[in-house]
Amino acid sequence: MTRSAAPPSPSSGPAVDLEGVTFGYGRGAPDVLDIPRFTVGPGERVFLKGASGSGKSTLLGLIAGILDARAGSVRVLGEDLSALSAARRDRFRAERIGVIFQMFNLLPWLPAGANIVLPGRFSPARRGDGMAALEADGRRLLARLGLDPEAVWSRPARALSVGQQQRVAAARALIGRPGLILADEPTSALDADSRDAFIALLMEECAASGAALIFVSHDGALARQFDRAEDLAALNRVPPGEAAA
Amino acid sequence: MTAAAPILSLAWRSILSRGVTALLTVATVAVSVMLFLSVEKARHGARASFENTISGVDLIVGARSSPVNLLLYSVFHIGDATNNITWESYQEVAGAPGVAWTVPISLGDSHRGFRVVGTTGAFFERYQYAGRRPLQFADGEPFEGLFDAVAGATVARQLGYQTGDEIVVAHGAGQVSFIEHDLNPFTITGILAPTGTPVDRSVFVSLEAIEAIHLDGATGRGTARTLAELEAMDLRPDQITAFLVGLDSPVGALRLQRAVNTYPREPLQAIMPGVALSQLWQVVGAAETTLAAVAAFVVLTGLISILIAILTSLNERRREMAILRALGARPAHIFALLVAEAAMLALIGALIGVVLTHGALQLGAPVLEAQYGILIAGLAPGLMDALVVAGVTGAAALLGAFPAWRAYRQSLADGMTIRM
Repeated sequence: MTRSAAPPSPSSGPAVDLEGVTFGYGRGAPDVLDIPRFTVGPGERVFLKGASGSGKSTLLGLIAGILDARAGSVRVLGEDLSALSAARRDRFRAERIGVIFQMFNLLPWLPAGANIVLPGRFSPARRGDGMAALEADGRRLLARLGLDPEAVWSRPARALSVGQQQRVAAARALIGRPGLILADEPTSALDADSRDAFIALLMEECAASGAALIFVSHDGALARQFDRAEDLAALNRVPPGEAAA
Repeated sequence: MTAAAPILSLAWRSILSRGVTALLTVATVAVSVMLFLSVEKARHGARASFENTISGVDLIVGARSSPVNLLLYSVFHIGDATNNITWESYQEVAGAPGVAWTVPISLGDSHRGFRVVGTTGAFFERYQYAGRRPLQFADGEPFEGLFDAVAGATVARQLGYQTGDEIVVAHGAGQVSFIEHDLNPFTITGILAPTGTPVDRSVFVSLEAIEAIHLDGATGRGTARTLAELEAMDLRPDQITAFLVGLDSPVGALRLQRAVNTYPREPLQAIMPGVALSQLWQVVGAAETTLAAVAAFVVLTGLISILIAILTSLNERRREMAILRALGARPAHIFALLVAEAAMLALIGALIGVVLTHGALQLGAPVLEAQYGILIAGLAPGLMDALVVAGVTGAAALLGAFPAWRAYRQSLADGMTIRM
């Protein structure tokens, strides 16, 4: 198997570089995104403000390579996603990108630990030195995120509190040192204190691993904790309301 | 290259998480497989038992009718002989070169619905069933005196007979007979061990006894002559119903059969029991095939229940699929996950079904063997069971492709967002 991308090297080129990207769901459907330019530097932590329905999840889907742009180039961690097949994009995502959702991040029927090392099941590169090493890394991340690995590791995800689940999700996104973390409203289910603490932890971990972070939220008040803030409404030439999801 | 193992373990965990649904689905498959296997085992057992009804007999000779008809009345005691054959013809065939032994059979009387078979003591030595097993006495011994009788296992069990009991033979073969040869009661001297053949449902007396009770008018109450008088008489019958033939070498069977069938002085017919049995099975077996078809449809129902269980879970699992996709699972992984779940449910269900079937067979073995003559050894787990398990699992995987394909489409359309 050939590696689909070079190993992560935070210093070389932007982490994300979108140029002239348009996207619409389904053949003949109108564009929901039209972004002339959007870049995220290596290791940069960017806040992306977007109301619901502004197309932010669509944008994340494009960057993660789950969705395929109609036009333009989507370069992520030095790889031109539009030039890759769907299967290669899936592998690229498994190897290089960590994703945190709004809520229900975890497979409820898997223990927390198995959820954390799940990316390693789909990617040998993410697995690194093997599942045992990955699990050790997962326990270390959990501890750094303020959870007791011994208490949490074997519990089913559905038995954890929302706050615990989000931290487990963060550990899963960070495991295997991906070059880019995508976070889609990861704090909306948390109260204000847990939210700030969670963001601080996330930023710290991204800094430690050198990962770039794109943090999407409708809540502009969070922006001040980030290196840079962008408004999706300003990036996207399709007016809000016409964009979906 | 890394697809199979993680998907299988994920599928397994996913099944475990939906315990009750999974359990019920597995139970449905297990019961349906058990039903199917039981029907199949019963079919094989019944066929084997049927074909084992008589063995060690090279030819059966009777009046000319059809081979199946002769087999039915001479061996299965179903229906009546179209005609009798004369003692002279019997003697002539019995004396033909190559004939090792013959056993005459005279039918026409009954005892409480069970056929009375007039024969000789040789019957108990020569009649064999289930691959050359000889008849055995559970109690007592063959008939010795004129009015001695031997009862089959079912007769003795149903009517509660023991050796030494007296019974009265009735004229004709019906359940209720108005003419009983009650002047000449028989004494049971022996009771046969169960065979699972029509022998169990028969009462055996000597040919001479049959002759004696019909001496004074065929439909009368019997004969009033004393035993001493009767024993002094020549009670050799003029006619018998059929006779069994054993040959020195089975190679001569065809030639003798031809000779009997072209016997000039009387319309005779000789059949080879094996050939006639398989002809008869073609008729009887049709019902069994229908039963097997019904059982197969029950298995299909079990498989469809897997399909239902997975399809109904799909919507609530769209979020799971999106998570898996975000973690780098390919749509093919999603597809494989659901197919693997369907196949696993079917595999477990089928295995449980096989285990239950054979467990039940082991428990029921004594009854099956004693009452129906079905030998459990012939029903041991084998290729058949493996094929059923493989077939059910394969079919489930095939059916699972349908929900899997829907989930695959959903996961492509949903991407990372879940639009419920």
